[in-house]
Amino acid sequence: MAKESDETTIPIGPQHPSLKEPANFELTVEGEEITGAELSLSYNHRGIEQAVRSKTYLENIYLLERICGICSHSQTTAFVQGVEELLGLDVPDRARYIRTLVAELERLHSHMLWLGVAGHEIVFDTLWQYAWRDREAVMDSLEELTGNRVHYSINTIGGVREDVEDEAIETIQDRLEDLRDRIDFYLDTVPAERTVQMRCEDVGFVSEDLARDLCAVGPTARASGVPADVRQDNPYAAYDEGDFDVITAEAGDLLARLQVRIEELAESVAIIEQVLEDLPEGDLKASQKPPQALLAGIESGDVLSRYEAPRGELSHFIRSDGSDTPERVHVRVPTLANWSTVVEALKGSYIADTPIVVAGIDPCISCTSRIGVAVDGDEATLADATAGGGVGINDIETTSDTDEGYTLDDLREYGMEWYENGGDQL
Amino acid sequence: MSIAADLGESLFYMLVFPGFVFLFGYAFVAEYADRKLYARLQNRVGPPLVQPFADFVKLLSKESIVPENAEETIFEAAPIVALAGVLTPILYVPVWSAEAALAFQGDLVVVLFLLTIPSFALIFGGWHSRNAFGQIGTVRTLTQLFGYEIPFFLACLAPAVAAGTWSISGIASFVASSPLYIPVFAVGFVVALLSLQAKLERIPFDVPEAETELVTGALVEYSGRKLALFRLTKNIELVVGAALLSALFLGGPYPAGAIAGAAGTAGTVGIAGAILGFAVFLVKTLVIVFALTILRAVLARFRIEQVVSVFYLWLVPLALAQLALVLVVGTAEVIP
Repeated sequence: MAKESDETTIPIGPQHPSLKEPANFELTVEGEEITGAELSLSYNHRGIEQAVRSKTYLENIYLLERICGICSHSQTTAFVQGVEELLGLDVPDRARYIRTLVAELERLHSHMLWLGVAGHEIVFDTLWQYAWRDREAVMDSLEELTGNRVHYSINTIGGVREDVEDEAIETIQDRLEDLRDRIDFYLDTVPAERTVQMRCEDVGFVSEDLARDLCAVGPTARASGVPADVRQDNPYAAYDEGDFDVITAEAGDLLARLQVRIEELAESVAIIEQVLEDLPEGDLKASQKPPQALLAGIESGDVLSRYEAPRGELSHFIRSDGSDTPERVHVRVPTLANWSTVVEALKGSYIADTPIVVAGIDPCISCTSRIGVAVDGDEATLADATAGGGVGINDIETTSDTDEGYTLDDLREYGMEWYENGGDQL
Repeated sequence: MSIAADLGESLFYMLVFPGFVFLFGYAFVAEYADRKLYARLQNRVGPPLVQPFADFVKLLSKESIVPENAEETIFEAAPIVALAGVLTPILYVPVWSAEAALAFQGDLVVVLFLLTIPSFALIFGGWHSRNAFGQIGTVRTLTQLFGYEIPFFLACLAPAVAAGTWSISGIASFVASSPLYIPVFAVGFVVALLSLQAKLERIPFDVPEAETELVTGALVEYSGRKLALFRLTKNIELVVGAALLSALFLGGPYPAGAIAGAAGTAGTVGIAGAILGFAVFLVKTLVIVFALTILRAVLARFRIEQVVSVFYLWLVPLALAQLALVLVVGTAEVIP
């Protein structure tokens, strides 16, 4: 076994059982220890940001909802809030409360999904099955409220599309009571379980300084002691009227992330209870006019809309040119902000920790794989496509530079050549 | 007895009962019991009774690939060697009475040796598959082997020392005749159970397989019937391991003899006695399988260095303490 003293490179992904979506980690290992890690992303470029430019604002709500199957409400809320700001609309109270209600239910189901996945990554499959069973109560509530389990489609420009019935409030309150017991049970048992501690304590450590340097967001940042939460820092929907704590932990390891997420579950239940209790009467929409009529009067301008998605801060940059389609919508998803902490945390840990360290930020890979080229008509610049990874966060430039311009045929040829030459291997 | 009859009997032992046919069937039953209980503990429905067998047949019908870079002979031979390694020991482990089909002084050592063969077959097969995941899995299998084999041997030594024999049948008879030794062996039994779990590479000791890290490790390149044989090997190893533990620590067919005696059928030689003994065997092995299942359901996977430290820092001292306890009890003649 002399070979083991040498460095070996093992590929984790793009297809790997611990990754639900394609991403690739090239790990350099010495025996069981990881000495180097490199990340490649964007195996599934979906061209959503380009598609957004050919659709009207109203159609875009439903298109952007499909960026993510878990935090679909986050995407639509971030988008409609931005558009409402451009239009100068005041969203009625009842609509703001309903948005908050769906947002917190979404956080509940997302965190419980994560809890199950985290259990599976350290092969605590019983936790996985339990968490996903209990998550069903949340999914049922969402279905009852909106008619859908995944893409709730409750947002529209200026308000929400569906009202909340009194019956639904009662059943949701009943379910939340049961759920609260389950969350207390998880809070008591999971972080105290000896094998969970052995696998999570001091694993995937991210210090507060590192979290700040790398601009980590959401539970990942909060578990390292950075109290970043858009709901508190820059309240939207009904969060300015709710009473809740931003959960933080100091340790910065996986156990802290586990603890933070489970405590956030309890906090979300508390927020939902407040929302259901204080739900004000009133209109669901800012104006009785059809949204198309409102949108006809949109001015040109830029707006940045921030939202605290279950995984952290989500921002939508929207640029309007006064027409019925947005000139540019750029989405920065929280996973993108957190990836660099994973690469840092992997160095020095064991191979065995890879799945849980990667899962620790609750990555949503398909959300991150959207951006590649800025295309204007049939011309495009390749700035981001060649920059690798397709993670072009700086890509808000929209006018194409004709000197560097490519036609769609050029692009197609470039793509074929790129794959023939081995793609990323270049 | 003529040579032909003798040969016939041996062949029956090897091929039908308690050998191949019985083990083949019981292994699937054990897998079913394991999976069903595991599912129920997780609030799932679980598989139907025929599922393990159906999985086996399905795998047999699939293409069985040999990777281009693999050492073909070793890669192909490994599953067969592994299966042979776990089929043989049942001949020396008591099933229906305290006497096994075959027995000699020292068969305990042979059985313990034979039970390591599947791990070594996996190591050779995995290493020669020339796959990065397979090779890392192999190294882990080997590391883990050093972790659990020593406490397993030490734990199995305790009943042998108490009985003063190296024959499993002898040990089973001894424990069955002085059942007060069963509680004395409790510590050793727990150590052996945990070591068996590690030997079978099940949660929390499934480090070498590590589906979420190593994509099943040494088994990664195995497919079709070769994979089916490896899975069958694991199931049979589970049954044989449970049978061995039942014979060494739980007194084999005890209390079948006592019940038969009370019911008036003298001795345990008759058909009724054998059936009763076999029933006790089924109950005890299933209890051991269930204990291993519960262990699998309530724990998370260790890392490899944690496995080794658990075994060396906790289980080896415990096994030694068990030996000391047996010596003290034996010398003091507390138990008649």
